[in-house]
Amino acid sequence: MQLSRDDLVGAYRRMAIIRKFEERLHDEIKTGEIAGFTHLYCGQEAAAVGVCDHLSAEDLIVSTHRGHGHCIAKGCDVKGMMKEIYGRRDGLCKGRGGSMHIADLSVGMLGANGIVGAGAPQAVGAAIAAKLDGKGNVAIAFSGDGACNQGTTFEAMNLAVVVKAPAIFVFENNHYSEHTGVDYAVGTNKDIASRAEAFGMKAWRANGCDYFDTYETMRELLEYVRAGNGPAAIELDTERFYGHFEGDPQRYRGKGELDRLWEERDCLKAFRAKVGEAKLLDLKLLDDVDAEVAQLIEEAVSEARAAPPPDPAHVAEDVYVDY
Amino acid sequence: MAVMNIREAINKTLMDEMERDSNIIVLGEDVVGGAGTAGGQEAIGGIWGTTPGLYAKFGADRVIDTPISESAIIGAAAGAALAGKRPVAELMFADFVGVSLDQLWNQMAKFRYMFGGKTKCPAVVRLIYGAGMNAAAQHSQSVYAMLTAMPGLKVVLPATPADAKGLLTEALRGDDPVMFFEHKALYGVKGEVPDGEYRQRFGEARMVREGGDVTIVTCGRMVGFGEKAADKLAADGIGVDLIDLRTTSPLDEEAILDSVESTGRIVVVDESPPRCSLAADISAIVASKAFTSLKAPPAMITGPHSPIPFARELERAWIPSPQKIEDAVRQLLAFR
Repeated sequence: MQLSRDDLVGAYRRMAIIRKFEERLHDEIKTGEIAGFTHLYCGQEAAAVGVCDHLSAEDLIVSTHRGHGHCIAKGCDVKGMMKEIYGRRDGLCKGRGGSMHIADLSVGMLGANGIVGAGAPQAVGAAIAAKLDGKGNVAIAFSGDGACNQGTTFEAMNLAVVVKAPAIFVFENNHYSEHTGVDYAVGTNKDIASRAEAFGMKAWRANGCDYFDTYETMRELLEYVRAGNGPAAIELDTERFYGHFEGDPQRYRGKGELDRLWEERDCLKAFRAKVGEAKLLDLKLLDDVDAEVAQLIEEAVSEARAAPPPDPAHVAEDVYVDY
Repeated sequence: MAVMNIREAINKTLMDEMERDSNIIVLGEDVVGGAGTAGGQEAIGGIWGTTPGLYAKFGADRVIDTPISESAIIGAAAGAALAGKRPVAELMFADFVGVSLDQLWNQMAKFRYMFGGKTKCPAVVRLIYGAGMNAAAQHSQSVYAMLTAMPGLKVVLPATPADAKGLLTEALRGDDPVMFFEHKALYGVKGEVPDGEYRQRFGEARMVREGGDVTIVTCGRMVGFGEKAADKLAADGIGVDLIDLRTTSPLDEEAILDSVESTGRIVVVDESPPRCSLAADISAIVASKAFTSLKAPPAMITGPHSPIPFARELERAWIPSPQKIEDAVRQLLAFR
């Protein structure tokens, strides 16, 4: 274990921010103040943070429609994100993108994406760019068990192998593609990682509800990719604590399923238990983080609510750099 | 000025620009050709002959043969462009937008807007298009209208070697995604090409000839057909303003409206089916913005509302011809 106390507190903070951000959105969406479709990342925090904790701003990621967690883990401004989701002028994307289209290139976040599977080839392109620059950077495509069935993802995996690009395919298997179960929709008797292996790349598997397992497995994977061995993949076994979108009645869930997931598969709870048992941290420190995060999210929401809306006069700006 | 054909102008421009800017990369199917074969790389050199020599000069990291995976080609270009490179992706046939449309339509075109103007995506997609080679329904289409309709994309269609150089250079110096259409039947067209750095701004139509009686607006291969028709008409004392749009997005509305205001008659020639076409678009612009200048309804010369056929006789019947253009002009002049 090479994680310092600061690393541990930082990791917990990032996961806690994602959790509180999403839980608060879950509540606020019910008020009707937030427009559009919102897909919460709650439950998968250890996956985003366990992956992104290894990355610098020069390492690039592309995300999904369920992208808030990736954005926060990669360093996007939380208040700017909240304003964006509220559709405000000073949102991270000026209110033009909303929940599904948050990006911030200054931190290496190339964009959440409303089209399932669209990000994978873009990550390969970003990896081709990284390879040309020769600084050992990587590009990561976050995809779900839904996106693993898209042809774009297959094409992207093959292309990455062919051109030996430092692309990493992170498959977060939360067991549901929208409202359909993974056992039905992923038509293989093997796991998703085996698909990546079939394309000729090395693949790892980890418990995506366990920060430590994800983090340590990613360390090994990244050493391999940064050494110039071409692309790699990882399947993270994780859980989605809310519906596909906010408002989803989740009638596809089994009896007691959600209660069991919150009880047995909560990555924040697991993190606390692990650092407590191993006496890595005084848990009081994590309580302080929780209070701090609660404050941050409170501010983010109240500032977003009070923020000015975009000016309709600007509706057709920023379509081109120059037209 | 050197004389060369469009194929050579494109190859030379790619060569010069790649030399100038190490961020430019080329990717596509068989842009080098021969990878993984006994013949070895450069055994093909691009099926259209526009990319030979690039691999030898710039190497495999910058000149990338891809598998037949159009979504991945365009998607990779989009990602590389976001990451700071200037990719030139080739769609061997423009018809293959069908398998890569999401990456053009929902991705590349929208990044800058969706992300609040904080990103740019300077990708150039070369689309080889057009009928005239009996390539039938899936390898002959001119899909520029649908891409012109998409905000965020620029659409460019050179008709001369000089414009091929000037417009491709402009595409590679700009910061927006550009759909660069190359007509497969025009590659052999020769002409003078300015030496040294030469850029042609987008949105500036070319007045091919000025005649004053009827305006013909077109682009790509149809420019040459318009000239043939104009020659025949000139023999009868009928003068044509022939406008080569060069780019359909941005569109030089001013050039069209100025000409129509003086001629009062317009024929739009468009190598595509008629519905929701460039012809329909320009006719609508003229009808709404120059109505009082019109002496006759706008005429649209397009293919029929059908796929493009294979057999020589059928394909010839499908493609707008100089004769049809000439007839349309005469009908406009006879209109009461």
